[in-house]
Amino acid sequence: MTALVLEGVSKSFGKTQVLHDISLTVEDGEFVVFVGPSGCGKSTLLRIIAGLDTATQGRVLIGGQDVTDVPPAKRGIAMVFQSYALYPHLNVRGNMALGLRQENQSKAVIDRRVSKASAMLSLDDFLARRPAELSGGQRQRVAIGRAIVREPKLFLFDEPLSNLDAALRVNTRVEIADLHRSLSASMVYVTHDQTEAMTLADRIVVLRDGHVEQIGTPMELYNNPINRFVAGFLGAPSMNFLERSVDVPTGAVLGIRPEHLRLQDGGQTAGTVTHVERLGGDTNLLVTTGAGERLVVRLFGQHAIEVGTEVGLGFDPADAFLFGADGARLPAAAG
Amino acid sequence: MRAARGQTIAAHGALLLYTVIALFPVFVILINSFKTRKAIFREPLALPDPESFSLIGYQTVLKQGDFFLYFQNSMIVTVASLFFILLFGAMAAFALAEYRFRGNMLMGLYLALGIMIPIRIGTVAILEMMVATGLVNTLWALVLVYTAQGLPLAVFILSEFMRQVSDDLKNAGRVDGLSEYRIFFRLVLPLVRPAMATVAVFNMIPIWNDLWFPLILAPAEEVKTLTLGSQVFIGQFVTDWNAVLSALSLAILPVMALYMVFSRQLIRGITSGAVK
Ligand SMILES: Nc1ncnc2c1ncn2[C@@H]1O[C@H](COP(=O)(O)OP(=O)(O)O)[C@@H](O)[C@H]1O
Ligand SMILES: [Mg+2]
Repeated sequence: MTALVLEGVSKSFGKTQVLHDISLTVEDGEFVVFVGPSGCGKSTLLRIIAGLDTATQGRVLIGGQDVTDVPPAKRGIAMVFQSYALYPHLNVRGNMALGLRQENQSKAVIDRRVSKASAMLSLDDFLARRPAELSGGQRQRVAIGRAIVREPKLFLFDEPLSNLDAALRVNTRVEIADLHRSLSASMVYVTHDQTEAMTLADRIVVLRDGHVEQIGTPMELYNNPINRFVAGFLGAPSMNFLERSVDVPTGAVLGIRPEHLRLQDGGQTAGTVTHVERLGGDTNLLVTTGAGERLVVRLFGQHAIEVGTEVGLGFDPADAFLFGADGARLPAAAG
Repeated sequence: MRAARGQTIAAHGALLLYTVIALFPVFVILINSFKTRKAIFREPLALPDPESFSLIGYQTVLKQGDFFLYFQNSMIVTVASLFFILLFGAMAAFALAEYRFRGNMLMGLYLALGIMIPIRIGTVAILEMMVATGLVNTLWALVLVYTAQGLPLAVFILSEFMRQVSDDLKNAGRVDGLSEYRIFFRLVLPLVRPAMATVAVFNMIPIWNDLWFPLILAPAEEVKTLTLGSQVFIGQFVTDWNAVLSALSLAILPVMALYMVFSRQLIRGITSGAVK
């Protein structure tokens, strides 16, 4: 059974179309991440899946059932919002229980599910507190707990980590991955952060301006991006694009990832180091080539290279990608 | 540090000065309401002393018998009007802020138009309507007019605030299966409480003090409001100043009580927040 099917979903606000004919499938138990820059329509798409917004065109099927005209609460989904969106007048227990009460679940069921979720998320000590008395990380866990207790067919996450600080974000990311494993639930997760997408997803859907650019596993997208946008969006530091510094057909652009460049005298290109980022485990060199293009070289380990050094750079042609002027991938990479 | 303290002192000085100026008339009314008629005229600014102290004004007012009825009428009209202004104003504001429908903009403009056009222009038409519906000399006439008078500004202010209530919160409610009414009453209204209190305070004083509509729509003895009722002490030739001042002093009390209620809401609303 498929958890979610979108068939030709389009959405316009007045005259501006923000989603263009989006079709995709989420299998049962799959973790799918929608990723794309801010404003590309991720939240809008998620709201349409949740039933909080109606598509201008197209159908939404959840668990094999057409829910295009079904209200949010009856779709078998639960959603975690970016701003947590906890009910300020209810305590943690009340926040988690409200949806179940609305479903007319018995008190026994409610209690059982709330205690299970609160144990899973280490919220046992906070059940009687109001949201205002919780830290950001705790609030986000309550929001996740509120989704878990519903035991939905499909979880929807809208940038759940973007209000957390960096350390907490990594922890919560792992918690969400754990959660996915232990619940083996179907999840759709929206983010603009490619690291979250790469680390969490079974499959990634890359969106740009309301269009699906590419769908695939993280490694498929990383190793075989369909166009320059996907290539540049996934991977950090992002891919270098060179037009003049290397030998390419006119109008074409060569893409090479920072980690595929190596220091090599007499390599395909050369330049001057303009900045060095020492991360301990990695060293990133910012290099300006003779042709005036800037690129990033990612070296493993620590290197004693100073700003101003002339370096030669080489790469394996098999690691390079070639893109046309319109951004589309060209069949073979030049050397 | 010293500059900051200087500024603080200056700010407090200004505020104190303003408070004194604003409260001075009230103070004069209050002290004179406890004095004999002679003392009021001899030394209007003197505090009542054993010699000049007198409760004659209050006695006159209370003996006037219907004073409590007027009081009650004013209270009913004010509270009922505020209730309807807040209820309907908030509902209209929520609809305008929350739902996209054809003519949303126009409807908002239409509702806001009332802010610029004083309702008294329509007095004659209103009176005709009240006569036709048999509402003349009922408190309902006043409540309806005041509600209509208060709604435009209420809708305008409240819709602005409701636009700021987090969409995520309302959507979370929808995903959890709350009806639009529960979302409105349980999630949105508590968060715009400060705005509601502001609207209430803005509307309360003009309604309480209004003389125009009670005089035209409800002049009968049993539906007189306090402001209208107090007019009996102001004669064309003699004015019973003791009674006027006492009536005014008494009239301040309920407004103050209402104001306390709303201002507490205002502060509580500001400090409770925390949607995130
Ligand atoms: N209610 C709305 N009315 C008009 N335009 C909207 C509305 N909601 C979103 N948009 C527009 O749709 C586009 C996609 O928004 P959104 O889905 O929030 O993007 P994302 O979540 O990817 O950052 C944006 O350009 C935004 O301005
Ligand atoms: Mg978004």
